[in-house]
Amino acid sequence: MTQVLDIDQIETTGGEGPKVLVRGFGAAFGGNEVLRGINLQIRPRERLAIIGPASSGKTTFLRSLNRLNDLEHSFSHSGRILLDGQDIQGSDMDVAELRRRVGMVYAVPIPLPWSIYDNIAYGPRLAGIRDRYHLDEIVESSLKGAILWDEVKDRLRTLATNLSGGQQQRLCLARVLALEPELLLLDEPCSGLDPISTAKIEDAMLELKRKYSIVLVTNNTKQAARASDRTAFFFMGQLVECGPTRQVFTNPANQRTSDYITGHFG
Amino acid sequence: MRISPKHSQRIAVTVMWAIAGLTLAVLAFIISYILWHGLRHITWTFLTEPPQSMGREGGVLPMIVGTLWVTGLAVLIAAPVGIAAAIYLTEYTREGRMTAIIRFGADCLAGIPSIIFGLFGFVFFVITLGMGFSILSGALTLALMVLPTIIRTSEEAIRAVPKSYRDVSFGLGSTRWQMVTWVVLRSALPGICTGVVLSIGRSISETAAVMLTAGSAMGFPHSIFESSRTLSLHFYILSREGISMSNAYATASVLILSILGINLFAYWLMRRFVAKAV
Repeated sequence: MTQVLDIDQIETTGGEGPKVLVRGFGAAFGGNEVLRGINLQIRPRERLAIIGPASSGKTTFLRSLNRLNDLEHSFSHSGRILLDGQDIQGSDMDVAELRRRVGMVYAVPIPLPWSIYDNIAYGPRLAGIRDRYHLDEIVESSLKGAILWDEVKDRLRTLATNLSGGQQQRLCLARVLALEPELLLLDEPCSGLDPISTAKIEDAMLELKRKYSIVLVTNNTKQAARASDRTAFFFMGQLVECGPTRQVFTNPANQRTSDYITGHFG
Repeated sequence: MRISPKHSQRIAVTVMWAIAGLTLAVLAFIISYILWHGLRHITWTFLTEPPQSMGREGGVLPMIVGTLWVTGLAVLIAAPVGIAAAIYLTEYTREGRMTAIIRFGADCLAGIPSIIFGLFGFVFFVITLGMGFSILSGALTLALMVLPTIIRTSEEAIRAVPKSYRDVSFGLGSTRWQMVTWVVLRSALPGICTGVVLSIGRSISETAAVMLTAGSAMGFPHSIFESSRTLSLHFYILSREGISMSNAYATASVLILSILGINLFAYWLMRRFVAKAV
């Protein structure tokens, strides 16, 4: 299989460099190679969807962007990932700081067993923000950003675990927004949600795109088609194709992309 | 002849009920027997006066104080060490030969008879380190004895905190220590407390180990470097030497009631823990 380069290059971003530049990235757990030779860029303020069948390496790729894979002892990697031109694996990179800049929402909503307020304020508190007034502000704006404020503003002190599934997932989004990340990683954020909650998350994404770059891993090709600017197709640990969403979905360059999108496998 | 599934089910349930009932009955018998013989001798004077003529007369106040000192100090020493060990085992090391050895060591330590701990405490703390028969020697010995319990219960409680919480915490930019103190310990606290409370119960009831280390002085202890007699040891001496059976039962009653109270507290904590986890 030949290495596939990101087809559209830097000039199309209007002078601004890419937010993230991935070059020849490979990843393995023990002897098990999960990703190989990934070349990809994520631009400022775009929504990049990553699609692909199960175990194609999508989630591993996402977790590489904030180095969450490092928590697995068997994990090893090759190649480079640059965030604003800085190597995230570099020795001068503070991992905690990196994870504040690159926020992540997981497939299953995981509220910590605390109040709604404490969940949102956790990240800022970790970063050392203690001022009550400042925290109040962050909590409010984050919940608004995740389109959850109106539903919970009267019960911020109640347990977050009592929220519905869709609300919990928006809470997790708000919790990440509280860090004001530069890059937002969403790992199948709507896989367990009803259509209305899904629509709310997608609305939030459209709004958030004004400030952040968003990477959306999804098993739902329809969601990728309607809620992303560009789409990358992963297959068996490799990047098969990456391009403007409309192009990938109407005129894919690769036969396997076409087969996957039309539902022949996956 | 084959027994039908319906009958075997009925027989199994009956047998299990009987066994459970028997266990409870034995417990109820022991407690009521001791309370029956002891409660009537417990008076205000008994709880607030020092003993006279070897414990034939008077009360048990110095023993209550001594028990509080020995037990409190033991748990105060063992809890931080045990919890720290549990955190290290669960959060800071990879599962491997080393953790297996530490865990095996803790389990072995838990299985050693208390008289052996007493002997070790006597040789090491009392004689070698020159602490003499003292509250400190006793407390250090008891601390060693309850350490495995605290380590294993804390470890279980910490392990019960979902791995996903750790992912979330790291994902939000916490260091490992922030994750441990803000998320893991906060969630595991009721479980850890349960282990600590159970080891308080074990320390209070220990006799052999304190006899060889804290000694059996009957006076009111003024510092942790003095010898002091605990309630359980006082009971042992009163009954063993036939000094006063009525005061022995009264002492045992005080002991049983306080252990009962501590266990109820532990169960209450555990119930809260479970209710929170659901």
